[in-house]
Amino acid sequence: MTAPILILGWGNPSRGDDALGPLCVAALADLLPKEWQTKIEFLEDYQLQVEHALDMVGRQQVLFIDASLTATAPFEVTPLQAAPETCVTTHAMSPQALMQVYHHLNGHTPPPCTLLAIRGETFELGQPLGVNAQAHLEAALQCAWQLLKSWFHV
Amino acid sequence: MTFALETAANPVGLRRVAIDPVSRVEGHGKVTLLLDEHNNVQQARLHIVEFRGFEKFIEGRPYWEVPVMVQRLCGICPVSHHLAAAKAFDRVVGAVPVSASATAVRRLMHYGQILQSHALHFFHLSSPDLLFGFDSDVARRNIVGIAQAHPDIAKKGILLRKFGQEIIRITSGKRVHGTGAVPGGVNKLVTAEERDILLRDVPQMLQWAQDAVTLVKQLHANQLALYHNFASFHSNWMSLVRLDGALDLYDGVLRARDAMGNIVLDGLQDQRYLDVIEEEVRPWSYMKFPYLRSLGPKLGWYRVGPLARVQNCDFIPSERAEVERQIFVAWGKGELVHSSLAYHWARMIEMLHCVEVVGNILADPVLLSGDLLTTGVRQRSGVGVIEAPRGTLIHDYDVGDDDLVTRCNLIVSTTHNNQAMNEAVRCVARDYLNGHDITEGLLNHIEVAIRAYDPCLSCATHALGKMPLEVSLVAADGTLLDHRQTASHAAYEIDGDLCL
Repeated sequence: MTAPILILGWGNPSRGDDALGPLCVAALADLLPKEWQTKIEFLEDYQLQVEHALDMVGRQQVLFIDASLTATAPFEVTPLQAAPETCVTTHAMSPQALMQVYHHLNGHTPPPCTLLAIRGETFELGQPLGVNAQAHLEAALQCAWQLLKSWFHV
Repeated sequence: MTFALETAANPVGLRRVAIDPVSRVEGHGKVTLLLDEHNNVQQARLHIVEFRGFEKFIEGRPYWEVPVMVQRLCGICPVSHHLAAAKAFDRVVGAVPVSASATAVRRLMHYGQILQSHALHFFHLSSPDLLFGFDSDVARRNIVGIAQAHPDIAKKGILLRKFGQEIIRITSGKRVHGTGAVPGGVNKLVTAEERDILLRDVPQMLQWAQDAVTLVKQLHANQLALYHNFASFHSNWMSLVRLDGALDLYDGVLRARDAMGNIVLDGLQDQRYLDVIEEEVRPWSYMKFPYLRSLGPKLGWYRVGPLARVQNCDFIPSERAEVERQIFVAWGKGELVHSSLAYHWARMIEMLHCVEVVGNILADPVLLSGDLLTTGVRQRSGVGVIEAPRGTLIHDYDVGDDDLVTRCNLIVSTTHNNQAMNEAVRCVARDYLNGHDITEGLLNHIEVAIRAYDPCLSCATHALGKMPLEVSLVAADGTLLDHRQTASHAAYEIDGDLCL
């Protein structure tokens, strides 16, 4: 049975604040009450790839989580619309492009998708999460938790 | 040693065109062309511009770390490096052979990753060219364009790849950079629940893999002249084969055929690869040029990978893939198939074979219970050879009494194909670009030729300290202003040509 909610975070845990996506996913998974465990699937990866379009099938809500250089600190929450990819490569896709691929493959619009973009500042290889990023992560975690409660009408 | 169109006789005044980077391949490479005033190609080179140095920084590491470390060579084929290193260190710990259960897990891991790699390459990287045309709109010549125009094909490709990735996750712990294989065996077997998850999908994957072979055959049939002649040139062919001559992607002995199909090397134990293979370096690329020593650098270069394997073996030991191999061989009408585009057909035959093998291994009870590890008499060196998705992969290590690696030599699949890819580029340059105005579509023809080999350019640039470098400073009018050259340990002859 496919869980109705998918939480998909991406980033490289070895590259400083790029770890924000995977860290937030892991922290949310730890917070999850037992009775919700069959209702949410957590996924993390280094990059968004075309295969993830099929991970969205059968969901009622999808929450994307990623670090962002441009988001207003500590985070931004944005409802997403499908849009064609404008990047020159397809091995690291945007959530909007993924939604577009979903539409091409399945012939209908994807489930409602939301992006939680957590402000990151340093992305150097081998660096730990920055001090500011840790604070942003805490704030984003609270926001994500409220989002989940709203989806479960709690 | 130089080949036709490798170095322009007089590069002064020639116009330089670069494809940088080469797209829809793994890693970073570029192609440079030098053209005269009539747009005739005088020089064509595939340059590998990555500089990695794995052979050097593995020295001094504990040997048991290496099967995990070498996976960082590549994001598409890490399992190949993982298993090749594990096989090499099996020799070091005296585990020859490893247990039947460990062999089953490793084989499942390996065939799963070849399945996912071949699916990725065909559906994501190459099908846009084959289905839309080599000079179609570049904006849609990618997997997203395939998803839009051929959603059924795109979906099959994505799910085939996902199935292979799931096999890797179950056998090695993670989809990318797992840790299942260790020197002497494996660190986990497969549970019955995990086996059933995979077995459930095998019938569907078999059908889709068969569909992929059918699709490629249709592509060949619809454009016979193109698929027969595009980037077609004679070469030797090398791969592992099983002792009885069957296709085997995990283990075997080395075999090579010449362009006519005659066997020029057979039955060579993998530990003795240095008896027959030598590598040449050239100053304009970080990737080396291997060749069969007995034939010399001009005649001894060879191709590896699916087209080599399918033509080198005597038969494929799985029913459906063997039927398809015979159809493929018949297409050649008694001769070996030399066209670079035939790699796609051979690759899909292998993908079908992989699904069949996966199904067989999943039905074997040794996968679920048995010994994880084997040990024996400690040795000071070991070689592991495996057929990676792209071709023969060689890992060669020496280990000291303190368990630290003292020497590492890697010859990866794409390196074996270096000369072949350059020949493919030159064929296309001669056949399609000569005398024509250069367009993006025409340049993509060159990329199509390279892509057929499914190169892993990140893997291919692992050496440090053996590269002779030659740098020339040339003014806008072609006047040579300065020239510097470093020494090398490799067998390279400098004949006075300028290298730009």
